[in-house]
Amino acid sequence: MSGHSTYEPKTGIERWLDARLPIIRLGYDSVIAYPTPKNLNYWWTFGGILSVCLVLQIVTGVVLAMHYIPHGDLAFASVERIMRDVNHGWMIRYLHANGASMFFLAVYVHMARGLYYGSYKEPREVLWILGCVIYLLMMATAFMGYVLPWGQMSFYGAVVITNFFSALDQVIPGLGSAITTWLWGGFAVDNPTLNRFFSLHYLLPFVIAGVVGLHIWALHVPGNNNPTGVSVKSKDDVVPFHPYYTVKDGFAIVVFLILLSWFVFFAPDALGHADNYVQANPLQTPNHIVPEWYFLPFYAMLRAVPQKLAGVLIMFGSIALLFATPWLDWAKVRSMRYRPTARWFFIIFIVAVLILGWCGGKLPDDVIIPMGKNPDGSPTGFSVVHLSRILTAYYYAYFLLVLPFVKNFEQTLPVPDSISAPVLTEKKG
Amino acid sequence: MLRKALMAGLAAGVFSLVAMPALALTSEEEPKHVEFGFEGPLGKFDRAAVQRGFKVYAEVCASCHSMNLLYYRNLAQKGGPFYEEKYPNPNASPYAKAIAAAVMVPDIDQETGDAVMRAATPADHFKSPFANEVAARASNGGAMPPDLSVIAKAREGGPAYIYSILTGYPTPPKGLTVPAGKYYNPYMPGDLASYWSGPKDQVPKGGFIAMPLQLTPDRVTFDDGTKSTAEQQAHDVSTFLAWAAEPKAEERKETGLAVMAYLILFAGLMYASYRRIWRNVAH
Ligand code: HEC
Ligand code: HEM
Repeated sequence: MSGHSTYEPKTGIERWLDARLPIIRLGYDSVIAYPTPKNLNYWWTFGGILSVCLVLQIVTGVVLAMHYIPHGDLAFASVERIMRDVNHGWMIRYLHANGASMFFLAVYVHMARGLYYGSYKEPREVLWILGCVIYLLMMATAFMGYVLPWGQMSFYGAVVITNFFSALDQVIPGLGSAITTWLWGGFAVDNPTLNRFFSLHYLLPFVIAGVVGLHIWALHVPGNNNPTGVSVKSKDDVVPFHPYYTVKDGFAIVVFLILLSWFVFFAPDALGHADNYVQANPLQTPNHIVPEWYFLPFYAMLRAVPQKLAGVLIMFGSIALLFATPWLDWAKVRSMRYRPTARWFFIIFIVAVLILGWCGGKLPDDVIIPMGKNPDGSPTGFSVVHLSRILTAYYYAYFLLVLPFVKNFEQTLPVPDSISAPVLTEKKG
Repeated sequence: MLRKALMAGLAAGVFSLVAMPALALTSEEEPKHVEFGFEGPLGKFDRAAVQRGFKVYAEVCASCHSMNLLYYRNLAQKGGPFYEEKYPNPNASPYAKAIAAAVMVPDIDQETGDAVMRAATPADHFKSPFANEVAARASNGGAMPPDLSVIAKAREGGPAYIYSILTGYPTPPKGLTVPAGKYYNPYMPGDLASYWSGPKDQVPKGGFIAMPLQLTPDRVTFDDGTKSTAEQQAHDVSTFLAWAAEPKAEERKETGLAVMAYLILFAGLMYASYRRIWRNVAH
């Protein structure tokens, strides 16, 4: 999409079309000739994987929507009907449900890749922000999708999440409740809520597809970052996207599909929750309301503080930090490959987020290190909520202290002059 | 080194999320360790066991529990307990027809519109024991016997949990006050602290269940001569309920094996192409 186009229409019809709508040129320049750094590793294959995930969700979703009934009394049974009576309905639904999980797995790897190799830095700030927008939209889409089967977790998940807004009552009395009532379309999560969630769940993936288009456009202007973080300097540094990266991405996509298929065919409910096979019942709150695994780190942050509004702000703030990342990192060197200190902080960051996810699945009062007993005999001590607090603090510190200031204490390693330079001297791998 | 650490960290994290233990507020006993042949990627349902399990359901459980998502035809569809190749259309299966015909279901007279009872057909739902939830609760001391169609998926522990509940009626420990119409069951989630007069740190695990003990030796007579112990009945009915929760599970696994074989070959081919295309590029 950028730079000089090398497309040459070969046939008459191509020349005719090229003069009117240069769409073949666009495709050619973006996925055939597009110059790509030749040292991209497998962490770079997740962009292609994510595109496949989006297409998969849309295709399976559209078919599900042909059979699904968005009504409080019928939704649960209609999903079961898909499982039992629609030809290969079980496969379509399991692909969609597990596809959503794998989509998040891929997006997390993709984002971690960006954080590690400094892909958010100048000149890729807009690209990064568009990625954050996609992530937000994905969260909204998946949340509303999870409500659709109208099981117990669907219902109570919807109650918990929409109730975030009622925390605003602590700022302006009545404001939060007014917003939740508006979101629900009534005074409780009910049929109108389900209907509008279905409408939005159908809409948002197409909005995501649009933003993905912008994301790729914003990628093709500065071009790919790469593991060295050194900008492309000459033709020696790049290879055409096709066939070099079509085949590498293709391989990674097939391996990813193996993982997805393993879940779909052999453990389709492993990532879900048993309670969601119980039809929603507004009168019977489940013992333990947990979101899908991909929201657990944020759920832990939400519950790390006893004050609701503060919890909600901390949770949304953790995502806001991602948007601000390009301006929080003050180091000159892009890739953490050459930043021995920052790299350790990064590894700790990843581990912290994973442990936060674990905390999100536990109860805040679950004791990790017992240090005594309550009068009723239950242990007290260092509990999940304490751990969540420490890890949340680290999450924030990573963005607000490590990224801006660690460069002042860091001895960076020598950065190669060009992409080809280390490639020619270092051995492969 | 760094890359290995990263990989190991990620792998460990993902694993710990996937393998996260059952989350429970209450402290019930872990389900008993029972083996089921249908578990695992290659597991298949033991058809005789599903048939026996259906008999247990029909003769015991069906007087309280509905299975609204099942039709009599499901019993004779591919993968079902009464499937036979001779009858590819389950609605035409003599087994499904005979099982259905033994049940009377409400309908309306096609000419007068009057309420009538008629024999069920394979196209009918499993008949519900109660007309509505109020009636179900009224007959069960206020408790609602849950619909059993997807119960094997709707409980942590699945079939092993059902088995444990059905066989888990020990004499209540001394010091536990069991309310009228309730039974002590260590596998049932609950919180017994307020019914317990013993030491505070020794509250019994489990909870109360409103369902009395159902399965006793010879409660059901098995047509294939299998000895009808309570454990056998519980195992068979759990197997039946696992089948009923996902009648297409066998088809799913069979498809999965083919898909996996295809994808692994495909991945090998892609990798070979990748090596070949990149062979002259230093990277
Ligand atoms: C006399 C009526 C009755 C019969 C017969 C009966 N049940 Fe129940 N069952 C109940 C009631 C009532 C409950 C609800 C218990 C409660 O909520 O405390 C229940 C609950 C259950 C549960 C759910 C426990 C949980 O985790 O909530 C299962 C599983 C179950 N029954 C299986 C069976 C099976 C299998 C049979 C046949 C062998 C059977 N029941 C026969 C009345 C019955
Ligand atoms: C970004 C892409 C998408 C994501 C992340 C996503 C996510 C989800 C999730 C998590 C569920 C709940 C699955 C379950 O537990 O059963 C779901 C259900 C559903 N989705 Fe999507 N979805 C996406 C796109 C779509 C699209 C494009 C459509 C329709 C055009 C669609 C239609 C449906 C329907 C009908 C259901 C209910 C059936 C069911 O629960 O299986 N989805 N979605």
